[in-house]
Amino acid sequence: MKKRRLIMRSIILAILVAAVAYTLYANFMKDHAQKVAVGNQAPDFVLTDMQGNKHRLSDYKGQGVFLNFWGTWCPPCKKEMPYINNQYHQFKDQGVQVLSIDIQESELAVNQFIARYKLDFPVMIDTDKEVMTAYGIDQLPATFLIDKDGKVVKSTTGEMSEDMVREYMEKIKP
Amino acid sequence: MKDVKCECGHVNPHGTVLCEACGKILDEEEKKKQLLDMRYEGSARRSQTYSKTIIDKIWNFFSSVKVGVWLIVITLIASILGTILPQKMYIDLPPEVYYEQEYGWFGKLYYQLGFHDLYGSWWYLLLIAMIGISLVICSLDRVVPLYKALKAQRVTRHEGFLKRQRIFGINTLVNQQDIDIVKERLKQKHYHVREENGDLLAEKGRFSRWGPYVNHVGLIIFLFGGMLRFVPGVYVNENLWVREGETALVPETGEQLYLQNNKFILQHYDKEKNKTFEKALERAGDVVKNYQSNVVLYKRSGEKIPGEKPKLEKVKDYKVRVNHPLTFEGYSIYQSSYRSEMNSMTFNLINKKTEQSFGELTINLQDPKEKYDLGNGYSVKILNYFPDFEFAKNGEPSTKSRVPNNPAFIFRMTAPDKPKGETSFVAIRQTIEPFGDNTYKMAFKGIGTKNVSGFTVRKDSSLWVIIIGGILFMIGVIQGAYWNHRRIWVQHKNGEVWIAAHTNKNWYGLKREIEKVLEDTNLGNPEDQLQSETTDKEGV
Repeated sequence: MKKRRLIMRSIILAILVAAVAYTLYANFMKDHAQKVAVGNQAPDFVLTDMQGNKHRLSDYKGQGVFLNFWGTWCPPCKKEMPYINNQYHQFKDQGVQVLSIDIQESELAVNQFIARYKLDFPVMIDTDKEVMTAYGIDQLPATFLIDKDGKVVKSTTGEMSEDMVREYMEKIKP
Repeated sequence: MKDVKCECGHVNPHGTVLCEACGKILDEEEKKKQLLDMRYEGSARRSQTYSKTIIDKIWNFFSSVKVGVWLIVITLIASILGTILPQKMYIDLPPEVYYEQEYGWFGKLYYQLGFHDLYGSWWYLLLIAMIGISLVICSLDRVVPLYKALKAQRVTRHEGFLKRQRIFGINTLVNQQDIDIVKERLKQKHYHVREENGDLLAEKGRFSRWGPYVNHVGLIIFLFGGMLRFVPGVYVNENLWVREGETALVPETGEQLYLQNNKFILQHYDKEKNKTFEKALERAGDVVKNYQSNVVLYKRSGEKIPGEKPKLEKVKDYKVRVNHPLTFEGYSIYQSSYRSEMNSMTFNLINKKTEQSFGELTINLQDPKEKYDLGNGYSVKILNYFPDFEFAKNGEPSTKSRVPNNPAFIFRMTAPDKPKGETSFVAIRQTIEPFGDNTYKMAFKGIGTKNVSGFTVRKDSSLWVIIIGGILFMIGVIQGAYWNHRRIWVQHKNGEVWIAAHTNKNWYGLKREIEKVLEDTNLGNPEDQLQSETTDKEGV
């Protein structure tokens, strides 16, 4: 009798605590929603670069992918672009690919930017912010390091130094 | 902690004050009182009678009404704090800047304490949750023993129980006929009358005792509905801006729904057509009659990965107006706002001296072309485009964002007499010629604008739960407020007939009812012991 009561109470309390814990957790996650976490599979996407070539992330399995989101108007993006370009030349023969995605700008602006900074890696425009949404990005520049199995090794926002770029590319070298 | 066996043979749980069956006083303390405390029928509110394990201790904490009331008071005070300064969803600056800038040190403190998002803070949610837990446990702890006690009650009651009822009276000379009359009258008054060895128990409105608990169940369902909103997909409240002519993904629909905005319409009341209101319209200026977006809703078919063009199937055409949302699969798309956006700029290429025009060009600000050929050897090339122009710190022209708020261009104008071209920087109301005097000029002609409709996308699957909770809440209130639980005992004790009565509220009504029932019989009206006591005191 007494034992049954204790079990009943424990069950009821457990249900209540579970409900409260879930609510708090959901509320916490709402504020700290990170769609692409380290260790997860990077969301696949398809975009067309300025030369008209299609790039699908899953086609780069077996290579490391240095995925960079940027805008021509963002000052730190302008700073880090030459570094990325330099390191791209160092690492492209070692199985590291750079994919860089501009967020919703005009072709003219992007083309002029590429010409000014003499960028050699593929640059794509995310016209409808779909890829940006899939990766849950709200600050530029943002960089995702994806290993040869398509898993996110690291993600970072804000300006990178050339050493950081080198270190990151080293990390995803297959 | 043993169960208590009453002399009537009924076994009561430990902590019972009054025997559930016969009403005999089991608690010595209670015997000293002249009147019984009839709350919860003197049943054992178990939580208050013992605590052993941690679980029991937690249970007892939440079972206390005192704790419940304090939780409510603390939540009230916290809610008040949240109304002192605007919450973060109502401000348009970053909170770390806004509060200090607007309210000084107090604002800074307010922000640091996290009061800018008080109603979404973990501790506020925890308070609400604790009220919920208290509600569940308080109710369970009371309704179960109360139900058991009311169910176990026998007709014949112990003398001590009857004597200590607030309404009580003794009659010595009684014949059975009178008791039969009383029984009939009680039945007429919709009492449920039970008889045992010539003793009567008349009872009505017992269900009103469940009112508070029905009310609590409603509240708990209400809170559960609030909790459901945190489940992804249950509650959606998002903004969506779509330019005229464009198609956008509707947020929070699992990348399923797309909305195409064909046209935004803004209509005003016409003074000429509404003669009656001419004066009012003159005074008020433009009064908007209608905000409307003509849209097409599409649903995606097949799989799609981000960046790929979706295959869309048309669902429906609709004219979204204020309060006339487009609804589909639980989603409602409301017309909630609009803005006009600069979309294109038109220039004339002219000779500065003769002002002769060599052609006109319109630049799409979302997607400008690199080169505009005007024929006859005249052409204009855009060397640089700054959608949101400003001079950067180092003095270089640059752009603040990708939105064409303040477009500026560096043009190279080529003419038959200037094959190398002339360079000119053109911003709104500003032309700079960096390499000396030019022959040609890009004369500003006009801007084109495009409307952007602002929609609110809403979905609330938790609403029904909340409504049901609210309805139950009200049923509980009505049940408890408009009915009373009345009991009248007419019993033979020591050759006399004792009459006792109890109600959970409205004693006056009960007394009136007893008067009516006993009218024209030998049975005398029982006394209100509480009232006679106070009048006695007043008499002294």
